Amino acid sequence: MKYLIPLLLALACVPLLSPPDYFIHLGVTVLLTAVAGTGWAMMGRYGLVSFGHGAFLGIGAYTMALLWNMAGLTPWIGIPIAVALAALVGVMLGYPCFRLKVVGHYFALVTLAAGEIVRILITALRDYTGGSLGMTPDRVPPEQGLLAMQFDKAGFWWLALLAWAGGLLAWWLLDRSMASKALAAISEDEDAAASIGIRVTREKLRVTLISTALAALAGTLMAQYRMYLNPESLAGLGISLQIVFGAIAGGMYAPLGPTVGAIITIGLEEVLRIAFGTEFTGGAPFIYGILLVLFMIYLPRGIVGIVERKRRSAAAPLGLPAVAK
Amino acid sequence: MDPFLLEALVNGILLGGVFALPALGLNLVFGVVDVVWLCYAELVMVGMYAVWFLYTQLGWPLWLAFAACLPVVSLLGILLHQLVVRPLLSAPPINQVLATGGVLFLLQGAMTLIFRTDFRSLGVDMPPMEVGEIFVSGTKLAAFCAALVGAGILWAFLKYTYVGTAIRAIARDREVMPLMGVNPLRIYLIASAVGGALAGLAACLLVVQLDVHPFVGLSFGPITFMICVMGGLGNMLGGFLAAFIMGIIVSVGGFWGSTEFSYVVAFAFFIVTIFARPRGLFAR
Repeated sequence: MKYLIPLLLALACVPLLSPPDYFIHLGVTVLLTAVAGTGWAMMGRYGLVSFGHGAFLGIGAYTMALLWNMAGLTPWIGIPIAVALAALVGVMLGYPCFRLKVVGHYFALVTLAAGEIVRILITALRDYTGGSLGMTPDRVPPEQGLLAMQFDKAGFWWLALLAWAGGLLAWWLLDRSMASKALAAISEDEDAAASIGIRVTREKLRVTLISTALAALAGTLMAQYRMYLNPESLAGLGISLQIVFGAIAGGMYAPLGPTVGAIITIGLEEVLRIAFGTEFTGGAPFIYGILLVLFMIYLPRGIVGIVERKRRSAAAPLGLPAVAK
Repeated sequence: MDPFLLEALVNGILLGGVFALPALGLNLVFGVVDVVWLCYAELVMVGMYAVWFLYTQLGWPLWLAFAACLPVVSLLGILLHQLVVRPLLSAPPINQVLATGGVLFLLQGAMTLIFRTDFRSLGVDMPPMEVGEIFVSGTKLAAFCAALVGAGILWAFLKYTYVGTAIRAIARDREVMPLMGVNPLRIYLIASAVGGALAGLAACLLVVQLDVHPFVGLSFGPITFMICVMGGLGNMLGGFLAAFIMGIIVSVGGFWGSTEFSYVVAFAFFIVTIFARPRGLFAR
């Protein structure tokens, strides 16, 4: 944590050096993917594996864009509304799941169904959302750009950085709180946790709220940055699994893990795209897939997890054994 | 009864037959190996490509392409088990699911690399049949009958063969069976091969109804998982019945609204079912 504030300040200065647009573009994409991954990992590391987080990206992005296009409400107000709505949906879905002890595979598949419902709804409401062709937020002349949150790449760099820092702050606050201990206990044994007075449903709902809000925030900013929304890239199983892959590859038990995962996934995509051009479509998911399998077999704690364990075992060889996850 | 509603109902039952096969395969694998193959629909997709390739590109007769599709996908199931699932047998369930999710990307990517993203059609169709007041698609009816036959063979295999008995026993009690002289790893392998073969059969039935493209698995994969969970994961009979319930909901829902909304209704029905019966409709 102590390196984080200098790191943030350093990153905030990057646009002042006027680097190439492409670099900024990659940075914004990585940061926003990292926010979504951080949100997912908040639940994932406590065994609440969601295969429907894409839905919250979609709910957030489309709510914001529709408020802008139909009611002229600036994204500065639209984003908080969209995030709140997505978190509300998350809690509404989570509450019955947690009350009725829908856990493990069942929870994963309920979230998968929810993600698909959102994707199909977005497609079906094509009169408003443009269906699978996607939609574009209405553009404004440059002098009103600040009000409409339509500005150059540097502006989005700062916004994305802010969102990313917010995600890490949420992670850090959660880690310091009793809630994190309670959630760890719940993920080990729910009944035992309840028997020592942990409010299982409430703890799970709280982390769901934070997690879905972060995912929705990432979704709104992605949409506003790209100025284009479509149901495949903002909802459904494909994007949901990509979020999961990023978080797992980087390591979902460490705060910077999902960020490292985002760098890997975006980096891999770009390297393959530049190396092979459009001839190699399909190469990226192919290699993702192999890596995901290898990660699950050999490095289930992700890259950051391995680094941390090495450091910890060097510093305190008699410390607690790492949790076998 | 309104003939159109009746037609939707019949189509729903026919659709249920097609959903039933992958649901049976998934439940078999889950019941025996205790792992959810998240890439199951992608195995079906590969099988569809196999049939399409053999039939339209190599000019094999259709029945031979169908016959070749089963062992191909069955082999894929064996590879999936040996290379991905087996090293993770003692890992937490979530790691297993995510690894098979990796295979989902891998297969989609591989097929995109080989065949591009074009929609491929077999170009085979059978004339619709008029039964009383309603029309029934010949292809759908044939697929339904094939699905029933496949399910029947599976049932006989599990019921009357030694291996089938061992499979049912290991699904019942994983700890005791090794003591009875059954090698669980061998049974897992057989179940994976049979699960793959069922995916292959499902591929034969789907390829005549749907165009093949690398992401076609996403169109019927999610509903297959929901059917399995609705019937109770690992409960083969439950999954079989749930497939018909889902088929009818999708088809009759499409009669009143658009196809998309019918899927929304089906998925919403699934979520409500899980809240009412968290271990599936037919949990004991």
